[in-house]
Amino acid sequence: MSSIGTGYDLSASQFSPDGRVFQVEYATKAVENSGTVIGLRGKDGVVFAVEKLVTSKLYEPGANKRIFHVDEHVGMAVAGLISDARQIVETARSEASNYRSQYGAPVPLKYLNERVSMYMHAYTLYSAVRPYGCSLVMGTWNSYDGPQMYMLDPSGVSFSYFGCAVGKAKQAAKTEIEKLKLADMTVKELVKEAARIIYLVHDELKDKQFELELSWVSKDTKGRHQLVPKEIATESENLAQQALADIEDSDEGDM
Amino acid sequence: MAFMGDMMNPAPFWQNGPAPGAFYNFPGNSSSFGPSNHSVKEFKAHSAQPITTTTTVIGVKFDKGCVIAADTLGSYGTLARFRDCPRVIRVNDLIMLGSGGDYADYQYLKDIIEQKIIDEQCIGDGLNLKPRSLYCWLTRVLYNKRCKMDPLWSNYIVAGIQDGEPFLGSVDKLGTAYEDAAIATGLGAYMATPLLREGVDKGNLDEETAKALVRKCMEVLYYRDARAFARYQLGVVTAAGVKIDDVTEIAHNWSLAHMIHMK
Amino acid sequence: MFRNQYDSDVTVWSPQGRLHQVEYAMEAVKLGSATVGLKNKQFAVLIALKRAVSELSAYQKKVIPIDEHIAISISGLTADARMLSRYMRTECLNHRYAHDAPMPVGRLIGLVGNKMQICTQRYDKRPLGVGLLVAGYDDQGPHIYQTCPSANFFDCRAMAIGARSQSARTYLEKHLNSFPDSDLQEIVAHGLRALRDTLPNEVDLNTKNVSIAIVGPKTPLRICDEDELSRFLTLVEGEERRSGSGAATGDTAPAQERDTGDDREPQPGVAMDTE
Repeated sequence: MSSIGTGYDLSASQFSPDGRVFQVEYATKAVENSGTVIGLRGKDGVVFAVEKLVTSKLYEPGANKRIFHVDEHVGMAVAGLISDARQIVETARSEASNYRSQYGAPVPLKYLNERVSMYMHAYTLYSAVRPYGCSLVMGTWNSYDGPQMYMLDPSGVSFSYFGCAVGKAKQAAKTEIEKLKLADMTVKELVKEAARIIYLVHDELKDKQFELELSWVSKDTKGRHQLVPKEIATESENLAQQALADIEDSDEGDM
Repeated sequence: MAFMGDMMNPAPFWQNGPAPGAFYNFPGNSSSFGPSNHSVKEFKAHSAQPITTTTTVIGVKFDKGCVIAADTLGSYGTLARFRDCPRVIRVNDLIMLGSGGDYADYQYLKDIIEQKIIDEQCIGDGLNLKPRSLYCWLTRVLYNKRCKMDPLWSNYIVAGIQDGEPFLGSVDKLGTAYEDAAIATGLGAYMATPLLREGVDKGNLDEETAKALVRKCMEVLYYRDARAFARYQLGVVTAAGVKIDDVTEIAHNWSLAHMIHMK
Repeated sequence: MFRNQYDSDVTVWSPQGRLHQVEYAMEAVKLGSATVGLKNKQFAVLIALKRAVSELSAYQKKVIPIDEHIAISISGLTADARMLSRYMRTECLNHRYAHDAPMPVGRLIGLVGNKMQICTQRYDKRPLGVGLLVAGYDDQGPHIYQTCPSANFFDCRAMAIGARSQSARTYLEKHLNSFPDSDLQEIVAHGLRALRDTLPNEVDLNTKNVSIAIVGPKTPLRICDEDELSRFLTLVEGEERRSGSGAATGDTAPAQERDTGDDREPQPGVAMDTE
């Protein structure tokens, strides 16, 4: 990034001589400092998993969740500045609510994604505002379209994914996700994989405490987005810890 | 959502005051008061009657919950126009709502209430709307509309469980609201209320007697109220949740009709 | 003139993905005197240290009642806090008007968070330079929330903010597990001890410089009067002060007005706690 510090990187409404908008890239940096978020799209639904880093013992467990409900049928997992993200969640909710009031039907994710992307993009156009410092993963399931999942960037760009990761350890997480046969897997299987991946990519040296958040929306939940029930979440978490311990054991064996 | 306003142009933090560099505009001076400052556009005529209407809803409290019932006829004036207008709904696990009056106004409010519940589920803090809150909210909405001389032409019965106790309240199109152990709206207010009160005054009703009482009232209303119908919905709310039965039909018998002579 | 190139406006991201203006606003919270919030299974309690601007002035109010079931204690810019408290009062009133029920604490905090976020994203605004501790009671029991200028908020088991509050947080962390089963007297005593840890050696808590607010089941919000304060203060009177806390900095009383910054919290790497 040769243009850093040359003064072309102070405003979202300014290009650098080589044609980049640095403020948007910097906003993306804020996302990369955040706990890892993954989204997996299987054959019968979508699973979200979040590594929520906990910075103080004084906080209540379960506070400041990073997985939100946008509507009955749409879930959203966020990475980056949580206060920015809440604003987008509000926008997405009002989009969903408006759609329902106009058409009397749940908002299609394709349409919602388009609207929210446009909204985020608007914040990359003006010097009077800054781009949002968060990325989002949205997912849903319905009987007609099956599972759908999108990831949105601070730039306002969004793509549909089979599996995606964002945050601190997105590279490591992506590598793990690529090993999965996503299209053949059910959410019940995916939730275990998701938990395992989050435990695997968590950096115990840099960030000590974290909470694993899991949610899903699938055929089994009748297309409703909900937090993964406690028993299944605990089971997945135990398996993940076990898998991690096994790896560490074998590492020691190698040495 | 409504409280967010316009995201790109949020409301100023400093409200009710002058913009920076401007002066206070003291209220009460000649420039801001008086009819001359209201444009003709501000005065408008509103519709003043319901169109497609439904008749009575009745509700009664029993020891562990509430029953409400309403028939499914939508009338167009005196014409029995629509035969399947359900108007008893489950709002959440502890609230049931019944409505009478203009059916479109009811559908409009129903959509808003359903969105309210979705909004609440999205927040996901485990708190649920309580019947007294919905009853209060409806009162505010209906009274507010009435004050604009543009009422929503319908009345409501809210039944539910409020902090473990049965709750039954009614709001009409004027925003008049009251709680009672037995409520009937519309024409039923004149014919069913005495029957319901009689049942309530006998002492602690249980679920079955309350349901039987309500069914009896529906039958009486069907015979007496020309806008009533034989098919009706009956719902029960207890701490266990809301249960609304499928539409049932009164077994009617008109063999006494020969007694009635038209003049 | 500037500490770096990227701290001139709240709309500027630094190459590291930080918002320096927001971070600076976070510093404003540390300029206010300390305040502690904690709860047991029934009650939420706020304990605040008041300052007098001069010999002749009264002690500046630190605890602001919001509704029958919510109070806040503030640290940072008082004027910003008054604006927020007015907003919170209005929201609570509106909720009572429309729903005939007290505002759930968590939902109020959510609204405040969303309101505070807007001014962290616009060129023509600045973040609010105030941190709040919110104590409230609703159907889900007692709550302590912390809000920050970054528009973050946290549901806390106990928390302390303001000048030298690190010592108080250390105390709270140490005794955290005993709070839920303590009675009201005990948690107030814990709060007072935590607050006292933020003081230099020669200053002590008294009925003039301490505010206590209590809220709980069938206990509408109460800001303790002098009699009750002195009763609570006797709970911790004459106890040995912990060394190595605020006392160790050796500040004299006037210097305490300025936060010397020697007990700054460890700075998180990122402005708005993206973690």
